Amino acid sequence: MDVERVPLPGIGLKHVLATARGRRVGVVSHHNGRRDLIVYRRDDIESAADTVALSVEEANTLAELLGAARVVERLAELHRQVEGLVSVQVPIADGSPFDGRSLGDTRARTRTGASIVAVVRGREVIASPRPDFVFGAGDVVVAIGTAEGTATVSDILTGTG
Amino acid sequence: MHTSVLLIELGAVILGLGLLGAVSVRFSISPIPLYLLAGLAFGAGGLWPLSASEEFFSTGAEIGVVLLLFSLGLEYNADELAAGLRTSGGGGLIDLLLNAAPGVAAALILGWGPVAAVALGGITYVTSSGITSKVMGDLGWLGNREAPTVLSLLVMEDLTMAVYLPILTALLAGVGLLGGLGALAIAIATVAAILYLALRHGRIVQRFVASPNDEVLLLKVLGLTILVAGVAEELQVSAAVGAFLVGIALSGPLAHAARSLLTPLRDLFAAVFFVFFGLRTNPADLPPVLGAAAVLALAGIVTKFATGWVAAARAGASRTSRARAGAALLPRGEFNIVIAGLAVTAGVQPRLGPLAAAYVLILAVAGPLLARTAEPLARRLARRRSGTSPPVAGLPG
Repeated sequence: MDVERVPLPGIGLKHVLATARGRRVGVVSHHNGRRDLIVYRRDDIESAADTVALSVEEANTLAELLGAARVVERLAELHRQVEGLVSVQVPIADGSPFDGRSLGDTRARTRTGASIVAVVRGREVIASPRPDFVFGAGDVVVAIGTAEGTATVSDILTGTG
Repeated sequence: MHTSVLLIELGAVILGLGLLGAVSVRFSISPIPLYLLAGLAFGAGGLWPLSASEEFFSTGAEIGVVLLLFSLGLEYNADELAAGLRTSGGGGLIDLLLNAAPGVAAALILGWGPVAAVALGGITYVTSSGITSKVMGDLGWLGNREAPTVLSLLVMEDLTMAVYLPILTALLAGVGLLGGLGALAIAIATVAAILYLALRHGRIVQRFVASPNDEVLLLKVLGLTILVAGVAEELQVSAAVGAFLVGIALSGPLAHAARSLLTPLRDLFAAVFFVFFGLRTNPADLPPVLGAAAVLALAGIVTKFATGWVAAARAGASRTSRARAGAALLPRGEFNIVIAGLAVTAGVQPRLGPLAAAYVLILAVAGPLLARTAEPLARRLARRRSGTSPPVAGLPG
């Protein structure tokens, strides 16, 4: 997928991408942080059909929505692709043995064969956390593996295993 | 007694500008023509001539020009200017030749002499980058194909101004052709030196100006800008150009902070500048130049539209995009008045001021209105051309 990048002198930058279904969507990034979301016309790819001006906060929220949806979609896709693969979401509760300890400490992969692929913290999704990633209460850990493996990860993280 | 009159006049004028500003926001038009009209009403021969506050408006107008140009420079960084020069030099040249021609020709036909011709050429040439970018933002045109072309042309025009204003300043000072060439050399050297400083050593300026305290930052930036403007004026490079270059030298987060701090000041003093230009124009001088102004405005619409059309065509844009590019460039505004203000101060030709005022009044209002109609019109023409338009009752195909 190609993203076209065009400088707009005095304003900022424009990024445009064409979807597989033939629509074009763009974002104008103003120097002052404002973002314009642009949907191009079907019959005239040079002209905007509509432009939505977004504040910094609104743009971030929109980006998160799009980004988070993509993580969920990818997981669903993984499910479909590999029979027998299961994903679980395990919340780190207050008083969990791993509240304040690192991902490496769980030794999840060596003990269970399942992988911790993401951590959802608040509205943020941390994809592929590194071994030195430190869990906190309220995090939701996403693990992928066999049914047995993921159940064991769940037990380890909740302190019942 | 004097103080009370001064304060009453200032308060009344600024309050009046606020009310006019509200009108301009309500109808989504540029406030510049309204400010000019207010100046006409308060000036000599107007409805309520001011008595005590002329001096304030005179000084305020100078600061207004400096801040207008400074914030224009802030919008650009040096890389964008260098890139603009590389990619749209050709379009910029067409723009200059096509649009200065009507002004130069008019001044010569009216027998105003070569210096007035240079001034009037500048007045008909330059597009209001402020109004144009606002129109493009309001109409949602920034994502369109022609937007980079239009914006690059504006950059070129602003750079051209950085060379043009010093030449005009020198010519108005009556230095003759040789002196004019000398001023040109000094101006190009100064502009090149500051662009080089901004490109290579921008950090030094940034570090000098930077401060976590808003008040300190405001005073440093404002002081530096006015000081450089004054020195530039002394070197006959023109205060406006000095301020423009300071704006370019500041970039990144510092430019952002400076912009938000100085925008209120700029709005106030720019309004004062437009009022002051109106103040110095006697409304009784307007009717005799209205015919000439209308002809010039019409010529200005045709030549600017052609400029945008050709530039967008060179970039490979469709007819609709070309039409939008031409229409977006129509508004004239702040720079045209800056040029006219210089010429009026030098006393080149008494009718130049009223002519410029009428010209800007027409195009600052008509430009955005025409831009609004450009896209629907272009689409209708395109449909007719391709023959797919639904048949209109009574008309074949």
